[in-house]
Amino acid sequence: MTGNVETARAEATTTCTIAEAAREALAEEMRRDPTVWALGEDLAAGGIFGAYKGLAQEFGSERIVSTPISESMIMNVGFGAALAGTRPVVEMRILDFALCAWDELINQIAKARYMFGGQGNVPVVIRMPQGIGRGHQAAQHSQSLEAWLVHTPGLVVLAPATAADEKGMLKSAIRCDDPVAMLEPKALFPTTGEVPAGEHLTPIGVARIAREGSDVTLVTWSTLLPTALVAAEKAHEAGISVEVIDLRSLWPWDREAVMRSVAKTKRAVVAHEAVAVGGFGAEIAASISEELGLRVTRVGAPRIPVAYAPILENTYRVSAERILAAIERSA
Amino acid sequence: MGEMKAADRVTLGLAFLRTMVRIREFEMHARIGYDRGEIPGVVHLSIGQEAVPAGVCANLRRDDYVASTHRGHGHCIAKGADVTAMMAELFGKTTGTCKGKGGSMHIADFSVGMLGANGVVGGGIGIAVGAAQAARLLHKDAISACFFGDGAVNRGPFLEGLNWAAVFNLPVLFICEDNTFSAFTRASDTTAGKGPTARAEAIGVRALSVDGNNVFAVYEAARELVEGIRAGHGPGFLHAPTYRLDGHTVFDKAPYRSNEEVEYHRGDDPVALLESRLHAWGVDGTQLDAIHIEAREEMVRAMEAARKAPSPSEADAFADVQLIGAPR
Ligand SMILES: Cc1ncc(C[n+]2csc(CCOP(=O)(O)OP(=O)(O)O)c2C)c(N)n1
Repeated sequence: MTGNVETARAEATTTCTIAEAAREALAEEMRRDPTVWALGEDLAAGGIFGAYKGLAQEFGSERIVSTPISESMIMNVGFGAALAGTRPVVEMRILDFALCAWDELINQIAKARYMFGGQGNVPVVIRMPQGIGRGHQAAQHSQSLEAWLVHTPGLVVLAPATAADEKGMLKSAIRCDDPVAMLEPKALFPTTGEVPAGEHLTPIGVARIAREGSDVTLVTWSTLLPTALVAAEKAHEAGISVEVIDLRSLWPWDREAVMRSVAKTKRAVVAHEAVAVGGFGAEIAASISEELGLRVTRVGAPRIPVAYAPILENTYRVSAERILAAIERSA
Repeated sequence: MGEMKAADRVTLGLAFLRTMVRIREFEMHARIGYDRGEIPGVVHLSIGQEAVPAGVCANLRRDDYVASTHRGHGHCIAKGADVTAMMAELFGKTTGTCKGKGGSMHIADFSVGMLGANGVVGGGIGIAVGAAQAARLLHKDAISACFFGDGAVNRGPFLEGLNWAAVFNLPVLFICEDNTFSAFTRASDTTAGKGPTARAEAIGVRALSVDGNNVFAVYEAARELVEGIRAGHGPGFLHAPTYRLDGHTVFDKAPYRSNEEVEYHRGDDPVALLESRLHAWGVDGTQLDAIHIEAREEMVRAMEAARKAPSPSEADAFADVQLIGAPR
């Protein structure tokens, strides 16, 4: 696998928000495959980020199911329905609420293929928008918990950061026969990008070089990507050429692309919005150090909950300045 | 049952007895296997509770779904799972239903709609509801039956699942197999209010309560509920009080209850009750004995096969984790 492959067969592109790209992906898959359906709270009303707008009108209430506020049931119904021959898209509203369904995700869904001896597929997508949002919503609405999911055998974990990848990864996730934890970049939902029209599948397990560079490799994903790109630009102004890798698929992750880049630059920084301690960045850093014998600099949030007051929330946030400092520190 | 012809009730009773005795013999052989050290892990036996799966599953078709519990052998057998593969699973062998990866608490046989025992109390409820929702989406007329213990009615999925099935009018039969205990504690000590049936009714789910040791009563009540469910009237709930005659697990000597209590309940043994009924209806003892002998021989063969079956290799630990991103 290489770092830049896209299986886009589309000629035309359109500009749209990440939420619109998600909507388009789901609509296309539902038109293509009658066994695809979605369930979650407030879906008939379009979902809280507008990612389901109009879908209930097109597909009806049996396929766009507005559910009770029953997260563990939403998750487990998705599981049972996947075992029984459909391809459910489970909407958790935000990742924080998926914690009410963690048993169903971790104990049931993730382990089903294994503990039942490979008797069946579990083609369910669990959508969990993560990270600090736009509304200063504090500790229970702002977490990034990818490390927990990547830690769990059985799950595929995706974390797109662009509109094109939101579309391409959601479509790939829906066609995947494994359970997929789809960590969507909540804060970026209203941001726009170019999206290939029609059939556009982002391959799972393949990273994207978001910016080419030669001095330092910066590995990042999800909501931190735009900040990382700002830091890379600032570094460029200071005379450091940074290669930014948008990892986007966290399990499996594109080891080859990361190692190839770091082998070239000999300097590596890993940055994510999640708490640094025990974060997935630590796994990437350890892998680079084991494989290439290099010291890797990590950037992540301090080990504190996300607070409400803007000054406190910002203390948690990984800023472009902090990433830049890490780039300068890396050696 | 009143209208049932004498010959029909005997035929049905013998069919129930076959299922119940197969369950009982499976459980007794599982206990032997555990005591001999051939079965390495924990097993929850359902001795004394056989009338519930036998009576309920007699109303199910092969393409209907069942979700079960940690105490799931009876539900598997009644739904038609292969006992040889089940026993091999308890032995942890590659010929087991789950290739030795699940053990007793995860026995599943998707080929007969058995979507798994479950290691989490209440864990099967959502699975059954989801399978019912999938069946509807796929325009199949299959229904789901979901077994759980009296302990599960105090977990969130009970409320969430019954409400969900009622809201979406889904074809699900919920069965509370109330064996009096939740592990080492009496269910009555941890459950407020008027009990499972009242809870189900409060959610708007049609609910019946029957003697869980009387297989005909279980069968009739389940039939009534299943007929409504198949006719599109939405979910049903069956409360079947019974008694767990063995410990919670094979390790449990059950010091929290008296021998007198257990002996009292042996008087209500569902297998013995059914046999005395069949006897009264003119079935002779040799016919009943034959059912026992046949079941015992079947389980002896299943154990023999399990003993001879190959154990997994270390490499098998890495198989069937996931299709994409499998362990390196
Ligand atoms: C969520 C959860 N909590 C606790 C346990 C441990 N546990 C296993 S069986 C059991 C008792 C369950 O009682 P009940 O539902 O009545 O079923 P029974 O064992 O009587 O068949 C408990 C507490 C568990 N498996 N899952």
